[in-house]
Amino acid sequence: MIKQWFKSGSPWVWLTASAVSVSLILVFGLLLLIAARGLGHFWPATVWEFDYQNQSGDMIRLVGEIHDEELVGAERLRDAGIDVAGDGEITRYLLKTGNRDVSGQDFRWVIDPKIQRRETPDTLMVVERREWGNLYGYLNAVQENQQPIDVGGGAWENLQQRLGRVNKIFAEIRQLEKGEIGAINYGLERLRLRERALELKGDTDSAKKSEIKKERAAFNAEYEGLQKQLIDLYAEINRDQMMVSVASGQTIMVPLSKVVHAYRPNDMSVLDKMVFYVKKLWEFVSDEPREANTEGGIFPAIFGTVMMVIIMSIMVVPFGVVAAVYLREYARQGPLTRLIRIAVNNLAGVPSIVYGVFGLGFFVYFLGGNIDQLFYPEALPAPTFGTPGLMWASLTLALLTVPVVIVATEEGLSRIPKSVREGSLALGATKAETLWRTVLPMASPAIMTGMILAIARAAGEVAPLMLVGVVKLAPTLPLDGNLPFLHLDRKFMHLGFHIYDVGFQSPNVEAARPLVYATALLLVLVIVALNLVAVAIRNRLREKYRALEN
Amino acid sequence: MSEMTTSSAGSSNNESPKATPTHAIDMSNLGRGRKIISPEDAETCLQIKNLNLFYGDKQALNDISMVIPKQCVTAYIGPSGCGKSTLLRCINRMNDLIDTVRIEGQILLDDQDIYDKDVNVADLRRRVGMVFQKPNPFPKSIYENVAYGLRLQGVKDRRSLDEIVENSLKSAALWDEVKDRLHESALGGSGGPQQRLGIARAIAIEPEVLLLDEPASALDPISTLKIEELIYELKTKYTIVIVTHNMQQAARVSDYTAFMYMGDLIEFGDTNTLFTNPREKQTEDYITGRYG
Repeated sequence: MIKQWFKSGSPWVWLTASAVSVSLILVFGLLLLIAARGLGHFWPATVWEFDYQNQSGDMIRLVGEIHDEELVGAERLRDAGIDVAGDGEITRYLLKTGNRDVSGQDFRWVIDPKIQRRETPDTLMVVERREWGNLYGYLNAVQENQQPIDVGGGAWENLQQRLGRVNKIFAEIRQLEKGEIGAINYGLERLRLRERALELKGDTDSAKKSEIKKERAAFNAEYEGLQKQLIDLYAEINRDQMMVSVASGQTIMVPLSKVVHAYRPNDMSVLDKMVFYVKKLWEFVSDEPREANTEGGIFPAIFGTVMMVIIMSIMVVPFGVVAAVYLREYARQGPLTRLIRIAVNNLAGVPSIVYGVFGLGFFVYFLGGNIDQLFYPEALPAPTFGTPGLMWASLTLALLTVPVVIVATEEGLSRIPKSVREGSLALGATKAETLWRTVLPMASPAIMTGMILAIARAAGEVAPLMLVGVVKLAPTLPLDGNLPFLHLDRKFMHLGFHIYDVGFQSPNVEAARPLVYATALLLVLVIVALNLVAVAIRNRLREKYRALEN
Repeated sequence: MSEMTTSSAGSSNNESPKATPTHAIDMSNLGRGRKIISPEDAETCLQIKNLNLFYGDKQALNDISMVIPKQCVTAYIGPSGCGKSTLLRCINRMNDLIDTVRIEGQILLDDQDIYDKDVNVADLRRRVGMVFQKPNPFPKSIYENVAYGLRLQGVKDRRSLDEIVENSLKSAALWDEVKDRLHESALGGSGGPQQRLGIARAIAIEPEVLLLDEPASALDPISTLKIEELIYELKTKYTIVIVTHNMQQAARVSDYTAFMYMGDLIEFGDTNTLFTNPREKQTEDYITGRYG
C-alpha cells in the first residue's frame, strides 16, 4: 500500500509542493513581520497616565506610551529586589516616557501590580520636537515674547494655529539656508578654486582677478541681503512659546520653533488618527532625518539608493554587453574563452567586501587621486574624487554585478536563431551590422534580465559601500540646482546603511527599532519598484522581439 | 566537366511524355514553351571550377565544375546529405561562417573569382541574394524587413524606400496581402507569406543571382504553388539557383537541373532531357524513385 503510494510519485509531488509553500510562507512572513513592526510605529498610540509606586515605595506620576510588554516570573523580580507578592507571571510594560531633557531617559519598565491608578486623559498632549525627542504633558499656556497670551481651554486651538505659522517660517528658513545660501556658498567655493587655479598656473592677468573679485563682491552682497532676511525670519519664529506641565510636576517652556507637531492622541477619533498616520508616513518618506537619524524621514537615503542603482546600471550594462558580445561573437571559442568564462562566473562569487576594498584602493585612492592631480589641482589638498563618493560606489557595484550581466547577455546571444543572423548576412550586412541591427535588439530582453539581476544584487549591498561612499548623514543630495547638477564626487546616504546605522549605531536604539523595520520595508519596496520597472521594459522588448516559434 | 550532358543545342521542346513510360512524374507541365539549349551555350552567369569543400577532414564536395546560365532557373536535386545545399551556400560564401570549412577551387561571377582575397563578402552577398529553407523574418515590421538591405546600403530617402519596398512586395506577389499592415510585425503571418517576404527582402536590393534553399519545403501545397509561380516570373530578371527535395518541383520550375550524389555532380543538363532521358544510371534510379 505504502509502496504503491511511493511508486505513484505523489510523495514527490507533495515534497516539491511543500518546499514551495514553505518558501512562500517564509517570504510573506518576513514581509508581514517587517511591515507590522515598521508601519505600526506611525500610528498615534494611546498616552497613559500612571500613579506608580516606585522601588523606594514613593508614589510618582508617570506619563507615556506603552512601547512593549512582557511577562516575567515574580521570583525573578523578587531576586532583583522588587517587592511583589505571589508566584507566577507578572506583566511589565516598557513605557516610553519621553521628556529626555527633563528626566534624562526615554524609557522605563513599569510593573503592572505597582500601578495604582491608570488613566488616559483627553488633554494629555504629545509634542514632537526637533531635538530631544517627544515631550508628554499638559498644555498650560501659549506665550508670545515670554508673555502669556492664552491660558486654559482656547489655548489648544491657538497653539495649533501658531504651530502652522511657525512651521511655515521654518520651511522658509530652510529654503533660504539650504537653497539660496547653499548656492552662494557653492559659487564662492568655485570662485576660490578658480582663483587658486590661476595662481597655480602663474597667471597674473589682473583682468581675470578683478573679475573674480567683482563676482565675489556680488555674492557677498547677495549674502548680506539674505542674512538680513534670515535674521528677520528667526525673530519671527522665536516669537512664540508654550508652557507645558510634565508628569514630574514641573512646568517647562518650549519654544514653538522647536516643535514639529503637537497632538492629543487620546482625544483623536479613528479617522483623525488615520489622517495623522498618513501624514506621518508621508513625512517618513519625504523628510530629512533628525536626531542622529532616529527621527524624521529618510528621503536622502531613498534618493541616494535609487541614484546609485541608476548610475550603476548605466555603467554596468554597456560594459557587460560589450564584454559578452566579444566573448560570444568574436573570440575564438577555445580553452582560453572557457577559462575567461569560468573566471567571470567566479567573480560573481567573490565576497562583496573584497570589492569594497578594491574600490577603495584602486578607484578612490589610485584613480581618484590621479584625477585630482590632473584635473582638480586647485582644490588640493582637499580631495575631489580622491575620496569616497557616489561615482566610486556606483563603479564598485558595477564591477560587482558585471558578471551577472555578461552571463545573461551571453545566454541571450546564444539563443538568437542562426537563421536570423544568416538572413541578415545574406542581405549584405557585415557581422557588426548584423549584431547592431538585429542580434542585439533581439537579445535586449536577456540584457534586461541581466540588468534586473544586477539591480537586485546592487540595491541590497551595504558592506562595500561603507568603504567607497556611503555616509551616515550627507548634508546635500548628489543632485541639486547648482552646475553641473549631478555631483558624482559627493558622498550619499543609502537605505541599507541607514538600517545598520539606526539599528546599531544610534544613541537611542530602543526608540529607533521601529524605524529599522520601516526602513527595511522601504528598502524592499524600492528594490521591488526598480525591478518592476525593469521587468516591464523587458516584457515590452520581449513582445517586440519575440523570436520565431520554430 | 566530363559528367555533363551534352544535349544538342536547339533540340525541340515539348518532348512527349510517352518517351519514358516508366516515369513517375507528370511531364505534361514540363518546359512551358522554353527553348532548350545546353548550359554551356547559354549566356553564362556563374562558373564553378573544380570546387572542393572540406568540413575539417571530411570532403563534402568533390571537384564540382559547372556553369550556371544567366536568367534561367537551375535546380539542384539529390538525396539528403548529397551536398546540394552546401554547394548553393558556396555561391554567396555562406559557408565562410563555419569555422572548419575549407574550400578549394573557383567560382566565377562575371569572370571574377568570388573567393579572391580582394572580394568584399558583404558586396558579394548584395549581388547574390538568398532565401532560406525556413522563413526567417527579422523581428521588425514588414516594411523594415524589406527595407533592411536598403538601409544597410545607406538609403535614407523616405520616398525611394517606399517605392522600392512597394515594388519588391509586388514582385513577390505579397503587396495586396500586406499593403494595409506594412508597419505591423512581420512575425505575424503564416509560413507562405513569410517566405515570400523573404523573397521580397532579397530582391529589394536587386541582386544578380537569387539562391533559393528549399524555399517551399516547409509550406503547404497552395503556398508552394505560389512560390513556384513567383520563381517563374522572377527568372526574367534574375539568375535563380534552387535547391529542392521535390523532383516534381524541380521539373516544374527549372530550366536546368543538376543531380548530385554523395558530393559528386552526377549529371547536369536541361531539365527536360534530364528527367525524360537521363544519361546516367544513378540519375534514372533517383528520379524514378528507386532510391534516395
